[in-house]
Amino acid sequence: MSAAEEVEVVTEGQAVEAVPKRAMTLGYGTSLVVLAALVLIPLFVKNFIIFQMTMLLIYALAVLALNILTGGSGQFSLGQSAFYAVGAYTSAILMEHAGMNYALTLPIAGIVCFGFGFLFGQPALRLSGVYLALATFALATAMPQLLKLGYFEHWTGGVQGLVVTKPDAPFGLPMSQDMWLYYFTLVVSIAIYVASVNLLRSRSGRAFMAIRDNEIAASAMGVDVALYKTLAFGVSAGITGVAGGLGAIAVQFVAPDGYTIQLAISLFLGMVVGGVGWLPGSIVGSAFIIFVPNIAEGISKGLSGAVFGVLLFLVIFLVPHGARQVAIIAQQLAAKLKKN
Amino acid sequence: MSAIRHLAAIAVALALVSASCSTALAQKKYDTGASDTEIKIGNIMPYSGAASAYGVIGKTEDAYFRKINAEGGINGRKITFISYDDAYTPPKTVEQARKLVESDEVLLIFNSLGTPPNSAIQKYMNQKKVPQLFVATGATKWNDPKEFPWTMGWQPNYQSESIIYAKYILKNKPNAKIAVLYQNDDYGKDYLKGFKDGLGSKAASMIVAEDSYEVTEPTIDSHIVRLKASGADVFFNITTPKFAAQAIKKNAELDWHPLHFLNNVSSSIGSVIKPAGFEAAQGIISSQYLMDPTDPQWKTDKGMIAWNEFLDRYYPDANRADASVMYAYIVAQGLEHVLRACGDNLTRENIMKQAASLRDLELRGLLPGIKVNTSATDFAPLSQLQLMRFKGETWERFGDILSGDVGG
Repeated sequence: MSAAEEVEVVTEGQAVEAVPKRAMTLGYGTSLVVLAALVLIPLFVKNFIIFQMTMLLIYALAVLALNILTGGSGQFSLGQSAFYAVGAYTSAILMEHAGMNYALTLPIAGIVCFGFGFLFGQPALRLSGVYLALATFALATAMPQLLKLGYFEHWTGGVQGLVVTKPDAPFGLPMSQDMWLYYFTLVVSIAIYVASVNLLRSRSGRAFMAIRDNEIAASAMGVDVALYKTLAFGVSAGITGVAGGLGAIAVQFVAPDGYTIQLAISLFLGMVVGGVGWLPGSIVGSAFIIFVPNIAEGISKGLSGAVFGVLLFLVIFLVPHGARQVAIIAQQLAAKLKKN
Repeated sequence: MSAIRHLAAIAVALALVSASCSTALAQKKYDTGASDTEIKIGNIMPYSGAASAYGVIGKTEDAYFRKINAEGGINGRKITFISYDDAYTPPKTVEQARKLVESDEVLLIFNSLGTPPNSAIQKYMNQKKVPQLFVATGATKWNDPKEFPWTMGWQPNYQSESIIYAKYILKNKPNAKIAVLYQNDDYGKDYLKGFKDGLGSKAASMIVAEDSYEVTEPTIDSHIVRLKASGADVFFNITTPKFAAQAIKKNAELDWHPLHFLNNVSSSIGSVIKPAGFEAAQGIISSQYLMDPTDPQWKTDKGMIAWNEFLDRYYPDANRADASVMYAYIVAQGLEHVLRACGDNLTRENIMKQAASLRDLELRGLLPGIKVNTSATDFAPLSQLQLMRFKGETWERFGDILSGDVGG
């Protein structure tokens, strides 16, 4: 059974052709409503909630990156935490050791991670499906230890990690650090989201999806499979890196323990809950991995893990295609109502 | 018009009177999180994830504050103990700390666990001027009142402990050839640093072998074999309980009998020595500041009896062989003492002031002679230890109460 077939099962079930381009995004109206909510809510809530919303966007970016890789090109990765860590450390080290402006460190983090992901994509060519997932899993387990290595300790701070200074709002804008960082993150997220949507609609995006659906057919049509597979890895890693950099700035601290395999699994979970291959689902998936553990803890402290498991099971059981399925059902209901 | 002016004058006068009254009585002063009836305490623990074994600390503390509330609270105020899970991941710690401070509005965060999680929130807590009191980590950096006046440690730090061993070796075995095994993380490295500092210029010549292991390794047998091959006659064992038991056992199997120093993290009889075998553990030297609940010599001690009664009543399903339960019992008493000392002045500033003026405080569960001391320049409440040697089925303490104070 090839990787392509496996992905098929995970994503659509009966769809033979690529996920229609439109189906990957939201309609205009809905997008505007979501955007308005994201812009306006922070004006009325506490700093703590703003901080949570910032983390929501950051994890949404990381989930989006994984979505491009898995939903777009059909490759699995359990190693996203490693790219996230590299991005976070790149930003933190540039800010704290080189005194660089936080905004400038993000593109650098992105480029570094793109290179890293592109290189890692090379072995990915030989592996597919679960084997690829395992290879990336190895990367995720190795990363925290690499960050602890005495060799890099001068830069990484070793096990103690690095403390990052939170930026103030520029131009004397009358807003708190949290709010400024939120709007900054929002702008970056929207830019990356728009770019991702366009990427998937472009020639390269079609190549990704062709590979996902059937590798042999894609190469017969002249798609350079090797190039596009590694490219997908690179793009995904790059976006994850930017998310990591933003995460370091928002949390004000990087340490190896923050980027364990648990993070990679969370991101994977976020992607599945949001709907594989459906980009707007990323934010829903991100909300799931941030808020549901808190809810589970609220229900029972001793059994928070079990409660989380039950909630996750319910989601997978009731809506196996995640938020995307909910959105489709909602759309159909709305259409029915209109008819009546 | 004049009536209004009149009224204003009266109002001002009244305000002055009431202001002077409140300073004259000087009594009730509150910051966020404290009131006439309640004191809100925040806490962050790894209830899930890799370090979840330490979660019992939070549960024991919760039980202890329930006991205080059942007995009438602190100066008439009930304690509300809000404890969140961070799974030992720093980004989550930051989220939970912000939730506690900004959303639950606690008076202080107490005994949050782990070096990386506490490092992640230290700057935030100090910016917000909210006490980060008695953190549950043995790192040395928490004793830094100048840079971080709102953060205070609790237990003896790792470095001071290994300095004590180093001093002992220099005095009793100046020509020792030392082998060191340490866990490759902040805890292991902190111990190693203290040890080398303690040996001073002789560290390079005395330490003949140095080996580290990862927490994820299933066994450390091969490391012990390698260390034995170095021909060392002193072994410093910086390992957590599971590995410590393996090391003791393997030493016996290999018939390697160096002078064995075991860090106090793993000195529990119930979880380390007994599984490794009493025979293999004879003569091991360690140090301690609290009573090992599995050590029979404390059975009739007053503190131990009180501890058992407390657990019977408020936390019956606690594992009594777990030293963390004792640890939590002691640190919760420490907080109780500080809050009582604050009286009706429950401001964050006063809490740090009271926490920094503990004088020879004795708590149930501490070894006889070990006292809690702090000052405006000393934010390391517990810095005393006593050496002990394993004999028969129990630890035998020897020598004076030692202190190896190190600043952060």
